[in-house]
Amino acid sequence: MSEARFELTASPRLKAPDSTARIMWTVSATLAPATLAAAWLFGAGVLLVVAAAILGAAATERLFEGAGTLSDGSAVLTGLLLGLTLPPGFPLWMSALGGAAAIGFGKAIFGGLGQNVFNPALLGRAFLQAAFPTAITTWAPVGPGGDAVRGDLFAFPFTTPEAADAVTGATPLGLMKFEGVATDAVPLLLGNTTGSLGETSAVLILAGGAYLAVKRYLDWRIPAAIFLTVALVSGALHAIDPGSPGPLFSLLSGGLVLGAVYMATDPVTSPVTKPGAWIFGIGIGLLVVLIRVWGGLPEGVMYAILFMNALVPFIGRATQPRVFGTAGEEGAA
Amino acid sequence: MFSLVDLLTGNGFAHGVHPPDSKELTEAVPIRRMPFPEEVVLPVRQHAGKPAVPIVRPGDRVERGDTVAEADGFVSAPVHASAAGTVKEIGWWPHPDGSTDRAIRIAVDRWSPQIPRPRIVPRWEGLAADEVVRAVQAAGVVGLGGAAFPTHVKLSPPDDVDIELLIVNGAECEPYLTTDHRTMVEYPERVHFGVRVMMRALGVEQAVIGVEKNKPDAIERLRETAPGDLDVEVVGLTVKYPQGAEKMLIKSVTGREVPSGKLPMHVGVVVQNAGSIATIAEVFESGLPLVERIVTVTGPGVRRPSNLIVPVGTRLRDALDFCGGLADDATEILFGGPMMGVPQSDLDVPLVKGTTGVVVLTGAGSAERTAYPCIRCGTCLEACPVFLNPQRLGRLARAGRYEEMAESHLDDCMLCGSCSYVCPSNIPLSQMFALAKGQLRRLRAKAA
Repeated sequence: MSEARFELTASPRLKAPDSTARIMWTVSATLAPATLAAAWLFGAGVLLVVAAAILGAAATERLFEGAGTLSDGSAVLTGLLLGLTLPPGFPLWMSALGGAAAIGFGKAIFGGLGQNVFNPALLGRAFLQAAFPTAITTWAPVGPGGDAVRGDLFAFPFTTPEAADAVTGATPLGLMKFEGVATDAVPLLLGNTTGSLGETSAVLILAGGAYLAVKRYLDWRIPAAIFLTVALVSGALHAIDPGSPGPLFSLLSGGLVLGAVYMATDPVTSPVTKPGAWIFGIGIGLLVVLIRVWGGLPEGVMYAILFMNALVPFIGRATQPRVFGTAGEEGAA
Repeated sequence: MFSLVDLLTGNGFAHGVHPPDSKELTEAVPIRRMPFPEEVVLPVRQHAGKPAVPIVRPGDRVERGDTVAEADGFVSAPVHASAAGTVKEIGWWPHPDGSTDRAIRIAVDRWSPQIPRPRIVPRWEGLAADEVVRAVQAAGVVGLGGAAFPTHVKLSPPDDVDIELLIVNGAECEPYLTTDHRTMVEYPERVHFGVRVMMRALGVEQAVIGVEKNKPDAIERLRETAPGDLDVEVVGLTVKYPQGAEKMLIKSVTGREVPSGKLPMHVGVVVQNAGSIATIAEVFESGLPLVERIVTVTGPGVRRPSNLIVPVGTRLRDALDFCGGLADDATEILFGGPMMGVPQSDLDVPLVKGTTGVVVLTGAGSAERTAYPCIRCGTCLEACPVFLNPQRLGRLARAGRYEEMAESHLDDCMLCGSCSYVCPSNIPLSQMFALAKGQLRRLRAKAA
């Protein structure tokens, strides 16, 4: 028995099996059904859109952080989430640029994983919305899938794609906003409506989210708060003015389900405390309805989440846990 | 963590974690007495408070039970020879806390029958409460659950607090350890006798023995042997770490929260660990002071995991040898469990009064895990049994902002390790808090 070989590590020596990398890769994996559904609904070309976003994100992560952090899976997840918020016929070079912006402006300049204030995927999308307002609102309609490649996927970098009016359609939210036409709940639930490629199938996204909530990889309070708030507020508005969208339509249309389940729950950019999660979710829900009903845009999920992201430090400060054996007090964040 | 079962059955506290308990190695292994080793090493500091003062000299002959170091004041405890023999040396020796401290080395007399002389501890019958307290101190009895707080101090609450309940801590929530479990199964009468002594000394009418429900045999044996004339209840507790932390146990049993910065007595409770309470009984039964204790020697790195009665001061090397030695792939030796235990590097270190167990682990240690940045997932907040915000405290610790940590209740942290255990980014939170506590002590000492 030689003495020198014993380790001296401070307790606890035991460690639960979960790791940050495992969480990131698991979240990514749960998005596979929604991604494949998009390929089935809009054609295999959407996989290229997603792949381009992931590539842009991963390459930027590699550039800023070196190879080490790619394995934690967060950059790939950011790219994947961004890709799922894009229109099915989005030019690939824009998609890749969006991925780069998501990591570069959304994460790297804040100091990397865990330091960023805003959801990187949504920041990437906001960048694309500002840079390419036409392309990002050009929606390829649903049709037979298979190997169909729609839109201007292969538009040459730094060229503006031709607006192919013949093959575009309006999203359910656009129809509602500009023409007052509501879409039925069933297609919204299943995803065979026009929209961003990953946000159309509410069922698959909710299933993925439910799995993650059971695994405790996401805080169920945030989507629950968002859904409840949107349902209640839009229900109340619908009761006053039947012309405004009803609760079911509000819940299932646009990016609400994807945003509530996968974007708002990003741990880095949401509150760590339970009461904080409720406040955060209610805030997002209110802003979504506010923007959709009275704003100039048909959709408001992205801006609602980004705005609430900015308030997270203040929410955290206001909701510090009550320490055992104290009456509770004001804590600083 | 939220659990419906806890909510429905009660007897739990909020938050906490569920590490695998790994008790199957020794939970059914009967306690065996280890033969006397060639040498015992008795540190003068085996208790919380002032170290004992040696009263023997090298060359002195001592019998088993003789006082070799006297208590220095009230919050202190004497040390007794755990084997008959000759004092070899009084000098510096590796201490289980990682330091080097003064210790009395005794070469054990191989031919001594090691039989106690006429009783040293008086008979219990007929002693008044204060005489019981004095006898307990003279017998060197301290808490055997790890902190080694002198028992007689617990038995002497200040006049302005009113103790109404004695809680026996039989939770033993640390993975691997089965010391208290086997004590409760094999010596339940001793536990009850110890309860009787403590109730008399404290003047309380009611006692509760709290045992985690993963020890049904202990609960059953304690219920079978409960004396009819005492108000003692045996309560099954939710299996959750750190159920055995005093504040958690009190919350589970009484629903009361010990106020921040206060002691159990401030909510009318005295908590004593099951092994310690059995020891009180033992010293009054045998007439010998605290010279031996029960230790679990276990873990995948031990060839023959065992529950042992060892003389206090037995060197780690001798205890391991008696258990078949170390496995070839042993990487780490801990005194205590794998959540709060103290790592050992020197096989000459003695097992002392506060050594609950020896756990030998194999495989890669915590330092080899990949660390990721904090992703603010909040898992640590749901683990912390005292509702701190480890995520925020960790950030402050990294920045060296210790005063701010103190403002955020670092003092309430028990270093139970739950936050480090759950952190998916492998951030050594609890370890950083231990460091910060040390830095704060230094800062405060400088300021005072």
